[in-house]
Amino acid sequence: MRGSANGPLIEVADLGVRLNTSRGAAQAIRHVSFSLRRGEALGLVGESGCGKSLTALALMGLLPDSAVVSGSIRLDGRELVGLADADYCRLRGNRISMIFQEPMTALNPMHTIGHQVAEPLRRHNNLSWADARNQAIALLDRVGLPDPAKRVDAYPHQFSGGQRQRITIAMALACQPDVLIADEPTTALDVTIQGQILDLIADIVAERGMAMILISHDLGVIAENVERMMVMYGGTVVESGPTAEVFARMGHPYTQGLFGARPRLGARKGTRLKTIAGTVPELADLPSGCAFADRCAIVEDRCRATLPAAVEVGAGHQVRCLRTDVAMADSAGAVRS
Amino acid sequence: MSIFLLRRVLTLAATLIGASIIIFLVLDALPGNAAQMLMGADASPDAVRALTVKLGLDQPLLYRYLLWLKGMAVGDLGNSYVYGTPVLGLIAERLVLTIPLALLSMSITVVLALTAGIYTAANHNRIGDVGVMSLTQVGIALPNFWFAILLILLFAVKLQWLSAGGFAGWDDGIWQGIRSLLLPAISLALVQAAILARVTRSAVLEVLREDFVRTARAKGLSKREVLWEHVLRNAMIPVMTVMGLQFANLLAGTIVIENVFYLPGLGRLIFQSIANRDLIVVRNCVMLLAAMVVTVNFAVDVLYAFIDPRIKVHNL
Amino acid sequence: MSSASTVTTDLMAAGPPATGFWRRALRHRSFVLGGTLVLLVIAAALISLVWTPWPPYDIDIAAKLKPPSAAHWLGTDALGRDIVSLLLVGARSTIMVGVIAVGIGLTFGVCLGLVAAARKGWIAELILRMSDFTFAFPAVLSAIMLAAAIGPGMVTSITAIGIFQIPIFVRVTRGSANAIWAREFVLAARASGKGGFRITVEHVLPNILPVLIVQATIQFALAILAEAALSYLGLGTQPPQPSWGRMLNDAQTLLFQSPMLAVYPGAAIAIAVLGLNLLGDGLRDLLDPRLARER
Repeated sequence: MRGSANGPLIEVADLGVRLNTSRGAAQAIRHVSFSLRRGEALGLVGESGCGKSLTALALMGLLPDSAVVSGSIRLDGRELVGLADADYCRLRGNRISMIFQEPMTALNPMHTIGHQVAEPLRRHNNLSWADARNQAIALLDRVGLPDPAKRVDAYPHQFSGGQRQRITIAMALACQPDVLIADEPTTALDVTIQGQILDLIADIVAERGMAMILISHDLGVIAENVERMMVMYGGTVVESGPTAEVFARMGHPYTQGLFGARPRLGARKGTRLKTIAGTVPELADLPSGCAFADRCAIVEDRCRATLPAAVEVGAGHQVRCLRTDVAMADSAGAVRS
Repeated sequence: MSIFLLRRVLTLAATLIGASIIIFLVLDALPGNAAQMLMGADASPDAVRALTVKLGLDQPLLYRYLLWLKGMAVGDLGNSYVYGTPVLGLIAERLVLTIPLALLSMSITVVLALTAGIYTAANHNRIGDVGVMSLTQVGIALPNFWFAILLILLFAVKLQWLSAGGFAGWDDGIWQGIRSLLLPAISLALVQAAILARVTRSAVLEVLREDFVRTARAKGLSKREVLWEHVLRNAMIPVMTVMGLQFANLLAGTIVIENVFYLPGLGRLIFQSIANRDLIVVRNCVMLLAAMVVTVNFAVDVLYAFIDPRIKVHNL
Repeated sequence: MSSASTVTTDLMAAGPPATGFWRRALRHRSFVLGGTLVLLVIAAALISLVWTPWPPYDIDIAAKLKPPSAAHWLGTDALGRDIVSLLLVGARSTIMVGVIAVGIGLTFGVCLGLVAAARKGWIAELILRMSDFTFAFPAVLSAIMLAAAIGPGMVTSITAIGIFQIPIFVRVTRGSANAIWAREFVLAARASGKGGFRITVEHVLPNILPVLIVQATIQFALAILAEAALSYLGLGTQPPQPSWGRMLNDAQTLLFQSPMLAVYPGAAIAIAVLGLNLLGDGLRDLLDPRLARER
């Protein structure tokens, strides 16, 4: 069911996820809305615990059974929230795929890589083992694995981390999905390999006209790989917009803090690293208002009352802050401390 | 593979030899004069001396040990001190009961445990899981001989479906033989199954937490497909380890259970021999049991190499 | 890591702050239930030291095989002895064998395990090989050998069970100790010149205590089962010393006449073992959340 070529491929509206933690129910994701077009690359940035991985898992339908999802996720017009698992299984690996952060443990040590790459082909495209194997070899070749015809029968433990990540990319893209979600795909890899893997992903995504959601905590990775970005904190999207725009004029105090916290090469000796005061709140303790309130230098009482609505501060650039006028007055970057 | 196998075989041989030394020391060196014990405290010294020579007990320890080793290699385990008949024959006629009992019990255990373990892991934290887990929690606390007695109470005393002991022998047909082995096998199996079920469950749960399971789900595999195609093979490794270790317990349990049901198996032979001071029989029986345990564990070790590619390929 | 289960587990792990061991313990079902049962057994043993309803060794043939009554709460056995008294005193043998056997296993096993972890190389290999080797001889088998050699008795069963405990503690100790040795704060200690012995005592041992405690409760339970089996077979505690295992053996010959006689001692054993298992599970959850398995 392919929708119009120009309509959004993915439309998320007011997504909410409630989890059962040991301390009771926690609203881990609140009011997340975004859309994604074909061929578009969207970045999702934030610290650990901000909910970016959960958002990805919600899109894939891989949240724990006890999670309660509210809102809407539409893939090509089809509603995914509340979809039965059997139907979701037909979409996963087929129309929407995901690769994860830890390549060393992402593959089953008991099966050959050929078997594992062929698996989605067999399941979704109903190929025979022989055909699937041949396609697997072609895929492994495309992702840059040397000597794929021989290595196809090798086992995961015979490959390095970078190679295993290439294999997972091959697996994810085997059935030509429309969307790829990459959750910190290079965080666990050596710096020298990171660039190669990111380039590989970008190449294939562009070549096939896929949409991509790239999740990272690394602003550098975001800057170079995605046209649009979203900043998440405390389970909500606090800022979103075209990458260049957001980098130039950060609207949310948290985003400013993130940027300001990067160590600068060439800074004078003795310059202290800037940090954002306070700690990330636990999801079970999220306040009903702005999640950043306790750490914000320009907070007011009304910030804590309800979650601020998204304010348009530029072309396609939105910020969830009631005090954008103050925050963006210092658009050189640092939070007033 | 050949180096791996060679190392394992050498270890096996060394362990067997080591076991034989210990057994020999405990049963032949420790007790003092076996002839004296056989004849009793009031026997005349001359009679004792005569018996000592007749049984070959006057030879030096090392000589007797090597004689025994040689005997094991050719199949001559010596003669019973009490009956004078070949020990090998005595043991063989008892094995006809003990081995089927052990096998029957092991099969019941494996079927019950794997089913329960996989079922509870797949239904984690739901009613089925909690219920079965409570059952196994009680199951592992039961002494197997007590459970056997309770089964006898129920099936032999109250319901009178099965007899309270004794072995009908295989001559009347396989079914009759199995019938007398049923209660013993079940009482052995149930407690072992409780343990193995818990191990299976936790092994499966551990594997379910692995990243590659998430990857498989992300590829579009259903939960059932993930369970059968990805989880079980991985979970089998710790499960097999425990099954191998349990074999020793199985044998120990068989000895006890044979005594509960008055079954003329290896276990009862050992006990009768201890009572009769027929140490040569005890020595050979114990050696056999130890050898079985060690060999089974060796087999499990080797089996890993066939299942786990990390070992197989590494050693090719 | 960003799997659904680890993300949510991380969230769940950010649970309540440490509210004190006992407060958490008393809310933990397994711990409370297990602890109660174990205390029951210990109480039975202790009480038996000063009082039993009837003298346990008193034979009174006229009163044999009586059903439960006000005088004999659970009835009498084939020799007219009061069941309750026998059970109480039997608790003593059970606990004693368990404590000593596990004590042997702990002492030797932990020492050997610590050495094996501290000094890699041939010593560790040797210790491991020898402990693996002992696995070939389950307690019952060893007891049989010892009984054949030196005769049955409590010493025989304690020795047999105790020796079998050692390799288990060696393995567990070595496994956990190795994990500690690989930790960075130990590397730091070594870099600052601390010797193996000091590191073992000051750093390794305190950190592996939770694992050892849990293992000890499990082993205690196994020791009780082994002791019961040995007594049942006549290789353990000898008459007139009461023992639950032997009571079961005596009762078996009378199954048709007094079936309940076979129930009480077995139930006592099961209660003790169940209690220890539950206690061990509870301790495992409470002492080290990293040890906690998903229930």
